[in-house]
Amino acid sequence: MVKLLGDLSASYPLPILLVKHHSAREGQGTGKDMVSWLGSRIALDVQLADDKCLLSPGTVYVAPPDYHLLLNRDGSLSLSQDEPVIHARPSVDVLFESVADAAGSQATGIILTGASTDGAVGAQAIRRGDGQVMIQHPETAEVPVMPKAALKKGDSSEAMELECLTARLLDLARKEPGQ
Amino acid sequence: MTSPLPHQPQDTDQLLKTMADQYGYDFRDYAPASLNRRIRQHVEQHRFQNIGALNQAITDDTQAFANLLRSLSVPVTEMFRDPLFFHYLREQIIPWLATFPFIRIWHAGCATGEEAWSMAILLQQAGLLDRTQIYATDYNEEALATARSGIYSSGLLSLWERNYQDSGCTGKLADYCLQKYRSLRMSRELQKSIIFANHNLVTDSVFGEMHLILCRNVLIYFNRHLQDRVLKLFRESLHAGGRLCLGPRESMRFSSTAGDFDTLHDEWRVFRRKGGSQ
Ligand SMILES: C[S@@+](CC[C@H](N)C(=O)[O-])C[C@H]1O[C@@H](n2cnc3c(N)ncnc32)[C@H](O)[C@@H]1O
Repeated sequence: MVKLLGDLSASYPLPILLVKHHSAREGQGTGKDMVSWLGSRIALDVQLADDKCLLSPGTVYVAPPDYHLLLNRDGSLSLSQDEPVIHARPSVDVLFESVADAAGSQATGIILTGASTDGAVGAQAIRRGDGQVMIQHPETAEVPVMPKAALKKGDSSEAMELECLTARLLDLARKEPGQ
Repeated sequence: MTSPLPHQPQDTDQLLKTMADQYGYDFRDYAPASLNRRIRQHVEQHRFQNIGALNQAITDDTQAFANLLRSLSVPVTEMFRDPLFFHYLREQIIPWLATFPFIRIWHAGCATGEEAWSMAILLQQAGLLDRTQIYATDYNEEALATARSGIYSSGLLSLWERNYQDSGCTGKLADYCLQKYRSLRMSRELQKSIIFANHNLVTDSVFGEMHLILCRNVLIYFNRHLQDRVLKLFRESLHAGGRLCLGPRESMRFSSTAGDFDTLHDEWRVFRRKGGSQ
């Protein structure tokens, strides 16, 4: 994650929504540790997502532990405490489905290493809305379960190395001012 | 499981209109992202063809509406949820409450009631319960029935016990409940001071002169407009100087009411209504 986001400068024009799974044992805390940990390692502004805040450019919004993070069509964030999905709250599926609804073809979903199949259904929603899906190549992922599951219904060209993912993120910023 | 149905905004609008016009439940100012997700889930679980079919069903059948209503409510809660918040309540808010001869507290969106029972325990420990009236409200009748019964599954006790310890309370949570087989029942001593009632924050009005209002993890389901309205309702329901506690990721900064409150504790989102002595 640091490797991926670390190459983006503070003036990066797109907002980024981030869901990270926590194991139940870790004890989730409030998420503030994670925010300062990441914030001190990358140039982008990192915030714990607050309900109904409007997205701003160059900011990473981290889903708070124990809440799902969703995007509304007006560009504001929503949190929810709906049931965990595949044991996860926050869940990637929930985030991706809302982003597919809200941003359609402007949505980009990225799946990195992970130990569950969360994200596969959401990635499918993004594809159906003509958005883009990019997946860390299972062979380079520490835990390949999540990238593999997401790739099942996708095209093999969606899988790429981290360096390549970063390059694509930089490309996106040049092409699409806005979402 | 939630394979995405294509998004159908007009059908959703029509569904919400039927709910409002025919049944008086208005969800049109809920946050669309989370609301859409629950509607879709309901459509799938009840095997409707699409949202249009669901709309037809609730138009014709009250039971279909009741099922939908139940699906839209998310009554998730815990005893002493966010233990450090309860620690704060105990250390900072309870001593202030103690300065009043009679105390009135409102839990808005109480779900299955755990938060209200936890509050009653804190007040009991501070010797204030006899002069307190706790109102705990929700629009979900089923959740309220559980709340009123005070009966919960014993399986939850170990998590709750940990919360209880972490909030700095002495003794055990189990001292406040009667355990039977797989369930536990909250002590009748506590029950005397709590009234559980049906109240819909969208349509119902101001609720008495409160010293303290807790509305945690409810506003997240609303859009900014409805949040603003509900925050005004809270302002009108509070004594000058009264305290309002929101959920840890909820804020007032998008509301025109923000100016009527001071922030007492930023992390736990505790606010004080301006005016009056303190
Ligand atoms: C996630 S629970 C929060 C429970 C508790 N306050 C807590 O933080 O642990 C949200 C509750 O809000 C209630 N709710 C949603 N909309 C409401 C409304 N318009 N009026 C009253 N309650 C509402 C739901 O029924 C649900 O029980």
